Amino acid sequence: MIWKKDVECLDLAGLKALQSHHLKKLIPYICRNCPVYKQKIDAAGVNPDAIQSIDDIKKLPFTTKEDMRDYYPYGLFSASQDQIHEIHVSSGTTGNPTLVGYTKDDLKLWGDVMARVLCCAGAEPGDTIQIAYGYGLFTGGLGFHYGALEMGLRIIPTSSGQTARQLKIMQDFKPRILGCTPSYALYMAEEAKELGIDPTQGNWKIGIFGAEPWSESMRREIEAAWNMLATDVYGLSEIIGPGVAQECQHKDGLHIFSDVFYPEVIDPATGEEVPEGQDGELTITTLTKQGIPLIRYRTRDIVSIRYDKCRCGRTSPRISKIKGRTDDMIVVRGINVFPSQIEHVLVGIEGTQPHYQIVVDRKARQLDEVEVLVEVEQRFFSDEIRHLSELRERIRKEIQNVLSIGVKVTLVEPKTIERSMGKSQRIVDKRTL
Amino acid sequence: MKITQISVFLENRKGRLYDVCSLLGAHHVNIRALTIAETESFGVLRMVVDKCDAAVKLLREHGFVANFTDVVAVEVPDTPGGLAAVLKVFADNDVNVEYMYGFVEKHSDKALLVFRFEDTDVAQQVLAKHSISIVTKQEIEGL
Ligand SMILES: [Zn+2]
Repeated sequence: MIWKKDVECLDLAGLKALQSHHLKKLIPYICRNCPVYKQKIDAAGVNPDAIQSIDDIKKLPFTTKEDMRDYYPYGLFSASQDQIHEIHVSSGTTGNPTLVGYTKDDLKLWGDVMARVLCCAGAEPGDTIQIAYGYGLFTGGLGFHYGALEMGLRIIPTSSGQTARQLKIMQDFKPRILGCTPSYALYMAEEAKELGIDPTQGNWKIGIFGAEPWSESMRREIEAAWNMLATDVYGLSEIIGPGVAQECQHKDGLHIFSDVFYPEVIDPATGEEVPEGQDGELTITTLTKQGIPLIRYRTRDIVSIRYDKCRCGRTSPRISKIKGRTDDMIVVRGINVFPSQIEHVLVGIEGTQPHYQIVVDRKARQLDEVEVLVEVEQRFFSDEIRHLSELRERIRKEIQNVLSIGVKVTLVEPKTIERSMGKSQRIVDKRTL
Repeated sequence: MKITQISVFLENRKGRLYDVCSLLGAHHVNIRALTIAETESFGVLRMVVDKCDAAVKLLREHGFVANFTDVVAVEVPDTPGGLAAVLKVFADNDVNVEYMYGFVEKHSDKALLVFRFEDTDVAQQVLAKHSISIVTKQEIEGL
């Protein structure tokens, strides 16, 4: 089922006309209501009247995460606070947190795009969804909640954590849809086995996983563990929360709802748009948001984009899975290192599940060192040191081949690498740069 | 007759051996023989205990990776050249020893050694043919 067929299947010319229409209204609205943005646009030497079509968007300045923090709390808001009905705050490691606020119409928009997400993943009217994303200031739980309400699904708002209870609820109420982070889905499969529950016999048939980057190999692992379809959802609180893009059953890119969230993929260094299909930083303009509309917001997520029509019938462009973060990517001895590269190697080696951690350190001799910690598992443990050493050597060589830099691999005892309910800590950078 | 050895993966961290021993001790599992093989970052603890099924269950419940391995406990005369005589039998018959270690207690006037062979069944036949006595599971449990 396609939730909003009139826009999700609109031909590209129609889509462009709609986007132009929205943008033409958005820029004067922002300039009237947000002095900070007005000043930014003026400083870029852009006359708001010159924005006539979606192609003119390139004239406008970018908005960054730093802007969100610098103008905390209300600097980037276009709506007054009495029009704001809900706020979400995410804490950063440095400086001010990031605040977003939703007007009544923004909340309606959120419900609408999340209903599109649910349908796109394969939810049908009458389905039950277990929402194991955190409810609260994190946008995951409530975003799914609003979408499921809009679509009229039966909702089980378990929030994250309390795994044994999650599994009991799955068995008792048989929800067909599960929403949570991909690492939590794997964690629950492990816990299920320990509790004597066979996850391949579980009730969840469709998983909608997001809030952290994950790879194709992790998808295969989740699908095999739970015997389900594992789909990827994309979103970020600055734009709306979850609900920006979603994979359909073909799992061939995430449909981005470009009639409301206009995507551009740019070279993070130059700001220029990269050709279709090439990797770059995803930049999004919220075309219809009122509370805190953002112009050309730099997501820091590395993706590629394609504009051809999908087999499912949707014409909305598709972004790739997140291939990395412009800021999570670590540079070691001049080489870009993404956690996904290491995860890929580990899954490729028989018997290893991706519970790993990358530790980067700089010793006295000033040379960066990469250590990969891998948890030993029952099924590849041997009483003979030789077998374990061979395994470690194989992992080391393959990672070295992929990264082209030397790494040290250390086998560690199970469950010694921290596994939080939400995002897993995959990189520890101990360097003081 | 084969006996069962338990092997446990250990990181080279302070107190991990103690953690295993105290866990087993607290649950009345007696360690009969023990050795650790180490690399610079991890080690494998190998033990023969009186209640191996219970011990492995316990260790796994406490987050350790632990497995069973078949080994043979051989009686070796506790005299000069006693071990050499046994090893010569293995060498003459192409029996490969992966590793070996001694028991904590003494069994009469003979020393007890745990042998992990490449092929346990072949090793047992050779031992029987040369009348080298081995210790049964029941004897281990009753030690
Ligand atoms: Zn599609």
